[in-house]
Amino acid sequence: MDHHLPVLVVVTALVGAPLCILVRQPRVVWGLFTAITWSIAAMAVTLLLQVLSEGPVRYALGGWPPPLGIELRVDVLGGFVLTIVSGMAAVVAPYSLRSVEQEVDAARVHQFYAVLLLALTGLLGLTATGDIFNAFVFLEISSLATYVLVSLGRDRRALVSAFRYLVMGTVGGTFFLIGIGFLYVQTGTLNMLDLAAILPQWIDTRTSAVAFAFLTVGLSLKLALFPLHLWLPGAYSYAPSVVSAFLAATATKVAAYLMLRVFFTVFGQAVAFGELPVAATLPAVGLFGALAMSLVAVFQTNLKRLLAYSSIAQIGYIVTAASLGTQAGLTAGIGHLFNHAMMKGALFLAVGCIAYRIGSVRLEEIRGLGRRMPWTAAAIFVGGASLVGMPLTAGFISKWHLVSAILAEGQWGLVALILTSSLLAVAYVWRIVGFLYLRDAPSGAAPVREAPLSMLAPTWALVLANVWFGLDTRGSLGVATQAALGLLGGQP
Amino acid sequence: MLVEWPPFGFLLAGAVLALVLPGRAAAIVSIVAPVLGFVHVAVLTEGTEWTIRLLGLELVPGRVDRLSLLFGYLFHLAAFLGAVYSWHVRDRVQQVAALGYAASAVGVVFAGDMLSLFVAWELMAVTSVFLIWARRTRASIGAGLRYVLLQGLSGLVLLAGVLMRNAETGTLAVGPIGIEDGEVFAWLILAGVGIKAAFPGAHVWLTDGYPNATPTGAVWLSAFTTKVAVYVLARCYPGTELLVVVGAVMAAFPIFYAVIENDLRRVLGYSMINQIGFMVVGVGIGTELAVNGAVAHAFNDVLFKGLLFMSMGAVLHVTGRTGGASLGGLARKMPFTAACCVVGAASISAFPLFSGFVSKSMVMAAALEEHHEVVWLVLLFASAGVFHHAGIKIPYFAFFAPARVSTDHVREAPWNMRWAMGLAAFLCITFGVRPGYLYALLPFPTAFTAYDATHVLAQTQLLCFSALAFAWLRWTGLYPAEVPSTNLDVDWLWRVPGLRGWRLAGTSVERVAGKIRGGSRNALGAILRGLTRSHGPHGVLARTWPTASVMVWVAVLLSGYLLLYFARI
Repeated sequence: MDHHLPVLVVVTALVGAPLCILVRQPRVVWGLFTAITWSIAAMAVTLLLQVLSEGPVRYALGGWPPPLGIELRVDVLGGFVLTIVSGMAAVVAPYSLRSVEQEVDAARVHQFYAVLLLALTGLLGLTATGDIFNAFVFLEISSLATYVLVSLGRDRRALVSAFRYLVMGTVGGTFFLIGIGFLYVQTGTLNMLDLAAILPQWIDTRTSAVAFAFLTVGLSLKLALFPLHLWLPGAYSYAPSVVSAFLAATATKVAAYLMLRVFFTVFGQAVAFGELPVAATLPAVGLFGALAMSLVAVFQTNLKRLLAYSSIAQIGYIVTAASLGTQAGLTAGIGHLFNHAMMKGALFLAVGCIAYRIGSVRLEEIRGLGRRMPWTAAAIFVGGASLVGMPLTAGFISKWHLVSAILAEGQWGLVALILTSSLLAVAYVWRIVGFLYLRDAPSGAAPVREAPLSMLAPTWALVLANVWFGLDTRGSLGVATQAALGLLGGQP
Repeated sequence: MLVEWPPFGFLLAGAVLALVLPGRAAAIVSIVAPVLGFVHVAVLTEGTEWTIRLLGLELVPGRVDRLSLLFGYLFHLAAFLGAVYSWHVRDRVQQVAALGYAASAVGVVFAGDMLSLFVAWELMAVTSVFLIWARRTRASIGAGLRYVLLQGLSGLVLLAGVLMRNAETGTLAVGPIGIEDGEVFAWLILAGVGIKAAFPGAHVWLTDGYPNATPTGAVWLSAFTTKVAVYVLARCYPGTELLVVVGAVMAAFPIFYAVIENDLRRVLGYSMINQIGFMVVGVGIGTELAVNGAVAHAFNDVLFKGLLFMSMGAVLHVTGRTGGASLGGLARKMPFTAACCVVGAASISAFPLFSGFVSKSMVMAAALEEHHEVVWLVLLFASAGVFHHAGIKIPYFAFFAPARVSTDHVREAPWNMRWAMGLAAFLCITFGVRPGYLYALLPFPTAFTAYDATHVLAQTQLLCFSALAFAWLRWTGLYPAEVPSTNLDVDWLWRVPGLRGWRLAGTSVERVAGKIRGGSRNALGAILRGLTRSHGPHGVLARTWPTASVMVWVAVLLSGYLLLYFARI
């Protein structure tokens, strides 16, 4: 049984999707969804522990040995990302009961959960696979499912956003595929480890360079790396709250995972950072994006949109840290992958609570909510503190390691950029807090009750996780360190 | 029985309790927590340490020595006075913020490593700002935002310095740093501390924030933030020449602002910078006598400045006003408050037998001993000035000047405010008459005697002539009239032209971005326009331009990467 875990993680979600369509009854479908996500989360954690103690797990699909067959391969980084994705799905599950009832047509609820499971399948499969073409397939499964999820938002602008996301996402996917094609032409294999073994001797060819360029640009699009981020604000703002929270915490993280895979596993650190000038370009692009997007976030009037722009900025941090190419940088990047999932998950869930009660997430409408929805507002406060990087929260740990890693490289300019950008984060977070606590409620506003417990509990679980991982970093940075070692070719 | 947690534990626990308990119980907790904390500090022995491992570092959130003990006593005392003074407040935000703020201030002075210190430093900023915001006026929200931004900047610069220091020297210890070797990190840390110490130019958060705080909040604020900065200066930068100059400037320049300012709490803000100037000079001189003087003056300043803020808070509480132009004649209605205010004024002016005298004379004596004659003269001028604006102006315009506005409805301050003020006044006189109690706590042993003929005579003469000058200026009508006005300070630079520039930058960025989008639309538009026209009946083009611009970016990036990579091969 343990032996089959890598494939079970993916297949359980995949099988769940048609089941949801067959059952149709909204409440039962929700129960099914919850059961599936919880069991997947349990499996992912087991898998991660197994990988941590015994090293990478390899699984040949259908018994066909690689490189002929498709191989699933889970190392520490993979296990870590699987845990993040499935854990977020498990946290969102209880929350979704009330939120989805309100935000999605009753007739479509079963389809909603089915598509959500498909998206989950894609994300998990992409993480578990050891075959680069297989990764593309799973990336497209998750992307297609995501377009549908975004379009299910009640706001009519959701349709336009979904369409734009579809166009841009498809371009990203196509570029990724073109890159894979070039690699296949050059090496004749699609297995990542096999590629890693063959590629070094062909690295001086233009084909490899073109492949690398296409892969980088395609992934940058999927990752919403500035300036290729234009699909993200719309998609996150108009999607149902559950989808915003789940995507914000997982989708871009998995794309970042794939980028790390391509950079470090397929091309290898020596090539990506020695022969090709990745380290010279990406940190600057990432941090410039972080600065620009933080600036944009300061001027936003829609809470979800504000958080979306802040997400793009945070992706800039992750890419910057990872593309330093050092172990400290990778650790910081992977650690931030996890921590950012915690904080953005918590914030988007809390914002979803507001949307559930007052039906709007415009800053003007949330004035004075601090008194009327104290728990939700407090969740935003703590989550925001973590986003800013206040000490005693997960965000501080991230910032600390990020700054240390960049300092170790002696890049003073980048440090200044980070500090400026986090000052901007202070500005936009305090702006939200100011509206929540310091403004009086708009006159004549209808009385508002606190959000239901089934929505508050998952939100606060993530908020407390922010505090927990701000104090005890064994579970986050400890694993991230091992994952970074694994990517750099050390022991797991 | 010694409690096994660091000294800030009681106050922090109090803050958490105040968060959940009903109003009156929270007020009781606010009073009990500082008392327990004080007892806890009293039983601590020097050299005790608490350590934890975090981030792979050995952190020391608590370390006890003479300097931290002195500040430990002081802050618990201040928290107790503040809690009594704010007994009547039933605002949870203020109660929790005040206790959390005191706890983090205690956390800073007992921190044994720079990282713990930074954590407490940041917590101070975020808790204290609520004491300003809790006034819930438009002005206070703006002032609070500016306050927290500058405090946040202070924390960031400090953190950058701490990280660099750790990277270069591998130490996180809180100890002498000094800027003599010219390392960047030493300057960064000094800058971070300097913002909190209200160095000239960075002082505006104080004169902007404190007058906009709640009546009780200002009392809390006056006790902690700047004193914590003085503590860190005394710890890390004793004997830094530069500080002597900076301190002298701080002591002198606020005088001019204080004389023309109308809001009496802002006058107190300026006089606070002036008093910190004395402490910074003391730290900068760096001899045992000077550092003793600086620390002792910080101790006394918390008491007498707290007392003055309390009396002005009482006036604000009762009348709703603090403008010198709209007060006056309150002495008859609020005799007790007036008397306490006079005690505070006498202490800050360093009258013999009041607390300010016994510490200010230490700094002055140290300046002479080390042959800083010019600085000594500046401090002399500053002493005269402080008597002018804080010693005479505040009590005179609030209590003794002819009333400008009817005082018929004014009553004496509530009992708890009177108790707090009375206690603070009592302490001011006690330490003035018996300086030995204070000297015994100082970090270095001292044989200093404040009450010798030269000190007393010189100070008394100074005060006499200063009073004479005030009387003469009033009499001849040369004294700046008390009118409600706005006096420009350096914060004008960013509050008016800075903000305009920021907005301009924002709009021009948008405009440029729009142009770029427009350009890309024209370039690729021709092909896409045909496609989208045929596909969308509603002119979908209007909504698809961002997609087009992404394609342009994709093209730009791809060709950029290709060029770069080809150049390498």
